[in-house]
Amino acid sequence: MTKVYDIAIIGGGNAALCAAITAAENGAKVLILETAPRPYRGGNSRHTRNFRCMHRGPLGPLVESYGEDEYFADLLKVTGGKTDEALARLTIRTSEECQPWMEEHGVRFQPSLSGTLSLARTNAFFLGGGKGLVNAYYRTAEKLGVDVLYEANVSHLEIEGNEVAHIDYTYMGQSHRISPKAVIVASGGFQADLDWLARAWGPAAKNFLIRGTPYNRGVVLADLLDQGLDQVGDPKQCHAVAIDGRAPKFDGGIVTRLDCVPFSVVVNKDCARFYDEGEDVWPKRYAIWGRLVAAQPDQVGYAIIDAKSLDLFMPSVFPPIKADTIEELAKKMGLSPDKLRATIEQFNASCGDGTNFHPTELDGVATNGISPPKTNWARPITKVPFYGYSLRTGVTFTYLGLKVSEKAQCSIDGQPVKNLWAAGETMAGSILGQGYLAGFGMAIGTVFGRIAGQEAANHAK
Amino acid sequence: MQNDLIDEARRQIEVCNACRYCENYCAVFPALHENRIFSIGDITQLANLCHNCRGCYYACQYTAPHEFDLNLPKALAEVRLDSWEELAYPRRAARLFQTNGLAVTIATVLGFATLFMVAGLVGGGGGEGFYAVLPHSAMIAIFIPAFVFPLLSIAFSLRRYWLETAGELVRPRHLIDAVKAIAKMRNLAGGHGDGCNFEDTDAFSHKRRIAHQMILFGFLLCFASTGAGTIMHYAFDMQAPYGLFSVPKLLGIPGGILLSVGVVWMVILKQQSDPDLGAKRAWSGENAFTILLGFVAFSGLALYALGGTALMSVLLALHLGSVLSFFLLMPFSKMAHSFYRMAALVRDAQRDG
Repeated sequence: MTKVYDIAIIGGGNAALCAAITAAENGAKVLILETAPRPYRGGNSRHTRNFRCMHRGPLGPLVESYGEDEYFADLLKVTGGKTDEALARLTIRTSEECQPWMEEHGVRFQPSLSGTLSLARTNAFFLGGGKGLVNAYYRTAEKLGVDVLYEANVSHLEIEGNEVAHIDYTYMGQSHRISPKAVIVASGGFQADLDWLARAWGPAAKNFLIRGTPYNRGVVLADLLDQGLDQVGDPKQCHAVAIDGRAPKFDGGIVTRLDCVPFSVVVNKDCARFYDEGEDVWPKRYAIWGRLVAAQPDQVGYAIIDAKSLDLFMPSVFPPIKADTIEELAKKMGLSPDKLRATIEQFNASCGDGTNFHPTELDGVATNGISPPKTNWARPITKVPFYGYSLRTGVTFTYLGLKVSEKAQCSIDGQPVKNLWAAGETMAGSILGQGYLAGFGMAIGTVFGRIAGQEAANHAK
Repeated sequence: MQNDLIDEARRQIEVCNACRYCENYCAVFPALHENRIFSIGDITQLANLCHNCRGCYYACQYTAPHEFDLNLPKALAEVRLDSWEELAYPRRAARLFQTNGLAVTIATVLGFATLFMVAGLVGGGGGEGFYAVLPHSAMIAIFIPAFVFPLLSIAFSLRRYWLETAGELVRPRHLIDAVKAIAKMRNLAGGHGDGCNFEDTDAFSHKRRIAHQMILFGFLLCFASTGAGTIMHYAFDMQAPYGLFSVPKLLGIPGGILLSVGVVWMVILKQQSDPDLGAKRAWSGENAFTILLGFVAFSGLALYALGGTALMSVLLALHLGSVLSFFLLMPFSKMAHSFYRMAALVRDAQRDG
């Protein structure tokens, strides 16, 4: 490495790219160190789809208005108050100017969205999804003279006093050490390191599937926390949802989503029901099912539906297992035929009048006299063929991260590290203490990526 | 239909249907999202609706090395090519052209040109200008069947396409919608209006879209020029060659230039594009067709420029040979795509009733 860089950015997703573009536009010479190979560049941003955006009037693809207070109230609902209000409001307020900035830097949005999601007021959807966004940002960054190294594995940031002295990384089998004037960490959480996950959650975590990139192993996060950087977020928690049990171990993304639970009877491997499948509409409940399934033996669940319900939810990428009898279905799914038949018969007997059934509303069509009850959409499983899906816990992201200031700056014992900033998932725990709000991760990444890029460029001048 | 191609396309389409991130790139995705189960006809329709803009490939989170290994532009191109071969009449001719396009084209052009030279020597001498080389009656005797046969063949194929894709009664609204889509090349605009991906991986540009429209409108102008000449010949007894400010020339010269430039540009763009995102097997056929189209235009222009010289008779034979080849090969060459594409767009316009 003969070239001297003002700024090194660790990570290659949305936050890293927003930081790189902003810094380069402010005159800095920027190097991106992305650990993934080129086809997998972009971290979890590759799998994202939209950006939650405040707007006081129609803005780009967004209709009507979505004000700061409503946005903040939505955030409080999902985090249960576990949020830093100052940083959250900063993110929300700044999101408004981000939407035009994103368009100026190559991101394209869908004019409006059909289908089941109705978020046209609150969320701007990327045309082509997150990978389209990532591609556009890489093009913009490269035009601005940003250098990108793929498969560059950063192993250590040497902190001396209140400053990063150098960065160690390997690239093409060679070790390198550079000393840029400023460093931005935007390398995500640690959810792809299953050992770490198992230490935090318990051995059950080994059975979890990772919905996103296999490259978020938290190497730099661990290195920095070991050196005493201020941390934030529950180290034991991760955001998890119930996904199709046949999904790949990593990187299954959106298509492994399974929306059938409200219309199902869900049992564990002992054919016992364990929770009210009809508690609320699926978008409000899909996150808790990740935890529910994680608590079952072998961390697996089985959703059983009949022919009446097959077309009521978005198709999954894997076709359901199909059979003409419950016993046959049980056999195909590796369950006890007798036990499953008994559970289904008991459930069916508890179903009452189903004439008010309404798939998109809380219809109050409930079971009677079984525990746990099913409080909505409870129709007997009677119409052949029967279908089954297996469910597993799919981890989206982890909450543990670096605590940052409003300037995205990292600190040790409350004292700023002079030349270190963080953006994106790696600091999102500062704002999102629990739960998740669709499109909020991209909002945090864009807002703090731009702040970090600006601050680092100012420092490097 | 080749079942393995259909099965592979279906596998990929089902992944797309669970994802839906590509919704706005083109007409394929809204059509795809309406179904959960895909028949051979559905997949054939989606394949012919696909303009190979490649937007979905470069935006896809599931392309290789991901285990889902998606490459929808390629999967649909394979089905599309197979459907043209399957629906063509006679089938064998289509298969031959797609795989050995360049050789077939050169052989056909030279063969016909030689034939014209020989015929011209035998029967010539009676007329003036071009008709001194080949009498007008002989030209017509050759070209009328050469025009009628391909049209019959294509009509036959389109009927089969319509049955295969369960097409409904065509209303003017459907046709208008399809013609608009073609005139604007809407499906190469990329949804956002930045164009498509082709010559420079994930960068969007209008180059391919513009080159295509130069070829399309150049071709239509040349066709109109020929039509005008025919009318002048029969209705007004005005014989070729025509002057610069005549209708055939005013249509034909800009048409020929547009067509020639468009073809060269398209071939260059195609060389820069990634062949793995299309049907590699058709590489030869597609290029041969484009070059043949360019040669028709170029030899026509050359004939105008050099009509007064000793080269005229050779040029005329080559030009007529290329025109005849173009028509005869139409049902089996890439030219067929314009008919199937039109059919697919009309069929797509019927989705909303």
